[in-house]
Amino acid sequence: MIVLDDLTVAYERHPAVHHLSGAFEAGALTAIVGPNGAGKTTLLKTLAGLVRPAAGRLERSGLARADIAYLPQIPELDRRFPISVHDVVLLGRWRALGWRRGVARAELAQAARAIAAVGLAGFERRPIGTLSAGQFQRALFARLMLQDAALILLDEPFSAIDARTADDLIALIAGWHRERRTVIAVLHDLDAVRRHFPSTLLLARDCIGWGPTERVLTAANLERARRMAESWDPDADACAPATAPTA
Amino acid sequence: MTVHDLIVAPFADHGALRRALVACIALALGGGPVGTLLVLRRMSLMGDSLSHAVLPGVAVGYLVTGGSIGAMSLGGVVAGLAVALLSGLVTRLTPAHEDASFAAFFLISLAAGVLIVTRAGRDEDLVHILFGDLLALSPDGLVLLAAVSTVTVVGVALLYRPLIVDCFDPQFLRAAGAAGSVAYVGFLLLVVLNLVGAYQAMGTLMALGLIMLPAAAARFWARAVWSLMLTSSGLALAASVAGLLIAHHAGLPAGSTIVLVAGAVYLLSVAFGPRDSLRVRYRRPAHLRA
Repeated sequence: MIVLDDLTVAYERHPAVHHLSGAFEAGALTAIVGPNGAGKTTLLKTLAGLVRPAAGRLERSGLARADIAYLPQIPELDRRFPISVHDVVLLGRWRALGWRRGVARAELAQAARAIAAVGLAGFERRPIGTLSAGQFQRALFARLMLQDAALILLDEPFSAIDARTADDLIALIAGWHRERRTVIAVLHDLDAVRRHFPSTLLLARDCIGWGPTERVLTAANLERARRMAESWDPDADACAPATAPTA
Repeated sequence: MTVHDLIVAPFADHGALRRALVACIALALGGGPVGTLLVLRRMSLMGDSLSHAVLPGVAVGYLVTGGSIGAMSLGGVVAGLAVALLSGLVTRLTPAHEDASFAAFFLISLAAGVLIVTRAGRDEDLVHILFGDLLALSPDGLVLLAAVSTVTVVGVALLYRPLIVDCFDPQFLRAAGAAGSVAYVGFLLLVVLNLVGAYQAMGTLMALGLIMLPAAAARFWARAVWSLMLTSSGLALAASVAGLLIAHHAGLPAGSTIVLVAGAVYLLSVAFGPRDSLRVRYRRPAHLRA
């Protein structure tokens, strides 16, 4: 379980999320939605341990770095790098392999299964530069599978891919949910959230709603999030009293 | 004139040429992997800046000890690493782009180096440091080149995996909690070591010539990181032998001739290499032919 206690996170010293309290239950499948600039990515990075909270507390009980897998929205990786799909997927075992250890036969089999599961069988030897955006995202999902993490954080994983790939990847996420992994995904497609994500956190710098998806994604809540987004002051100081309008 | 006269005799008859060949072999072995990593990191031009940035350290080492290879090299390594780490620091702590901070620090370093050399040294010192002298390498210089080459090959072998991952997906390495900065600093150290080795032979102006040009050319021949490194070393070696022979027979300066031959290899690779070259890209597909 991940507990947030009065958590405030900031992006380049500007507040991104204010005073957020709540919990992601172990094994929960949660979508984070909200307008652009609502602090979704910063919150996800904080959960991943890449950004330190500006204030408040984040409790990730029992979760070590190795138990957390994080897929950024636009990975800073070099798509033309001379590396094969197979090697990218095996990177998921970095924790075990480290600098020197050779790849065990079981790990090779694991990689082959993951590549097949994401629908890239036959692409193992292909350099990643030859993959389409959707195929590349599939490869990154296979790498996530090899990370075998208890907590999986996805930042807009479907933003640049076609509907069929998105459906396939959502099926994989559902599989992780069945395996009792905790999955938290930042998403924009509200229909997909309603169909596939039992819990939702609606964020507009402040928490608008957090709980069962059908109770959070109401017209009233979405309207409130939209109105708050319109009144944001981009230069507000952290926790200045004026940043949250009284709606 | 026989083939023996053209290719074997020069090396058999001239010790200076043999020593130059050994120096080039050492440079090629270390430069292949380092150049490949520079290309993959898109740091080709930064490597060039770095090669000029070692100048003040070399100059100070020269002035303090009167030309001890060890002191000059140590000075060069310190100056090069200082420039690399300071510009890295500015890039991390401010929103400035890496190339701008690199350029700023290398220019400061280069100007300081020229100032030191011209104020306290003689003109021929400056010429020697700027252009090197491949045919007048001292035994100490050769040992240094061999040591750099050995450290590079062993270092790349030890750091191979983190170097590649840090180059391909640094964010992943950070999120996995692995020490990507160890790989990065190790990489910078290898680059600076090779530059300091290369400036002896080629001078600071062209230190990267035998490192960068073969690595840039290798991209049109090979596709995996290891094969890029091997190809790069091989092309550097071929360019060295050919360059030395041409320089010898035509009475040209060795360093710049070798770099020009490496440049010709690069141009030929761009035009005719088996992978992604102009020939491959603009060849009409067979099924479109009438």
